[in-house]
Amino acid sequence: MDLTLKIWRQANADAKGKIETYQMSEVSPDMSFLEMMDVLNEELIEKGIDPVAFDHDCREGICGMCSMFINGEAHGPDRLVTTCQLHMRKFADGDTITIEPFRAQAFPVIKDLTVDRSSFDRIQQAGGFVSVNTSGNTQDANAIPIEKHDADKAFDAAACIGCGACVATCKNASAMLFVSAKVSQYALLPQGKVEATDRVLNMVNQMDEEGFGNCTNTGACEVECPKGISLENIARMNREYLYASLKG
Amino acid sequence: MTLIASSIGKKLIMALSGLFLIIFLTQHFAINITSVFSESIFNEISHFMGNNPLVQFVFQPILILGVLLHFTMGFVLELQNWKSRAVKYKSYKGVANAPWVSRNMILSGIVVLSFLGLHLYDFWIPEMDYKYLEVLPLNPDRYFEELVHKFESPIRVGIYVLSFIFLALHLYHGFASSFQSVGFNNKYSKAIKSFAVVFSVVVPIGFVFIALFHHLTAF
Repeated sequence: MDLTLKIWRQANADAKGKIETYQMSEVSPDMSFLEMMDVLNEELIEKGIDPVAFDHDCREGICGMCSMFINGEAHGPDRLVTTCQLHMRKFADGDTITIEPFRAQAFPVIKDLTVDRSSFDRIQQAGGFVSVNTSGNTQDANAIPIEKHDADKAFDAAACIGCGACVATCKNASAMLFVSAKVSQYALLPQGKVEATDRVLNMVNQMDEEGFGNCTNTGACEVECPKGISLENIARMNREYLYASLKG
Repeated sequence: MTLIASSIGKKLIMALSGLFLIIFLTQHFAINITSVFSESIFNEISHFMGNNPLVQFVFQPILILGVLLHFTMGFVLELQNWKSRAVKYKSYKGVANAPWVSRNMILSGIVVLSFLGLHLYDFWIPEMDYKYLEVLPLNPDRYFEELVHKFESPIRVGIYVLSFIFLALHLYHGFASSFQSVGFNNKYSKAIKSFAVVFSVVVPIGFVFIALFHHLTAF
């Protein structure tokens, strides 16, 4: 496959970035998207050009590090996959592919396609946990009976890998899907109910302070989420938040 | 952070004021459709609505507050949303994952708000002038004639029809979306979505029908 790549290049957080065009030839359709980027970088290095910086780690759709906005969509045109699971066979010979970083005020560009998603970490630190006394006599989680339906829903919410595709996709750069998944995974379980009020208040407040946009219920986040996190979680978070606010 | 200052609180205000305006729209439609069938019934209801103290001095201020809250909060949210992505994408394929109506609520909302300006100029301001400024004598039979007179102009009818199309688009997403914003997403959501879609088509078409009916039968 011969491809034309239009890639956002930005030397650092303060530099003014721009789209640069690169030609690639003999790209295998069996390559993953990131392998294609590796080949591009090898060619750039050989030419003495600074390679394209991009985030990646596990390359098997688990870690949530890869974060490219490909042809106008987070993680590219495929569904329920991260960029590392996207393969070049999804593109055609002669295609032009535009690659940009995830865009949001709360996700500032570090360099090229890498963005700082530590705002997600701060939201998680604000309440996305269960305080457990680990003195050695912690109760076995399996000793607490949990209704299967709730356990399944909690597990589905916990499948969120925090990649930020929801933010990147949302026309408002809203983080509601991510935060709602993190709120839901605890709200549905007895272990999480004790701190439910503080959790949702603190996490939503932190989300707002980070400068994410508001939810317009377009549903774009749900479509582009590589883990299929449902909008149901956002409704649950809204309920939790309203209840917690009224409770004080 | 207070509930109202939070993003979820602002969406709650949008949703509740939106649902309240939908209830108002329903009663407005129910009254207006009588003008097609009976001049006297329309006059009777209009006279009641225009002179009943409870409607005039309790419901009307609540309605004004609801409208103000809805569009003010809409602009506040839109401004925040713009700020949340100051650097825009070069390539953004919104059509791949969300319907046009859901992505352009601000556009359909601005059209409906502009229409509301014209609508108030056409009916509400003359009504306030008649009753409270000039304090003219009560005339229970004037409403139908005033309505028909307004729809004589083809330009006005055209603007009304266009506005009702945008109202339909606004309702198509906004109605069901309000339930999500207040945290209602369960086994009944599909039925609510279906009802909202039917409502968003039937009511605006009904308003279009009323405007066209009076325009075509005026001569």
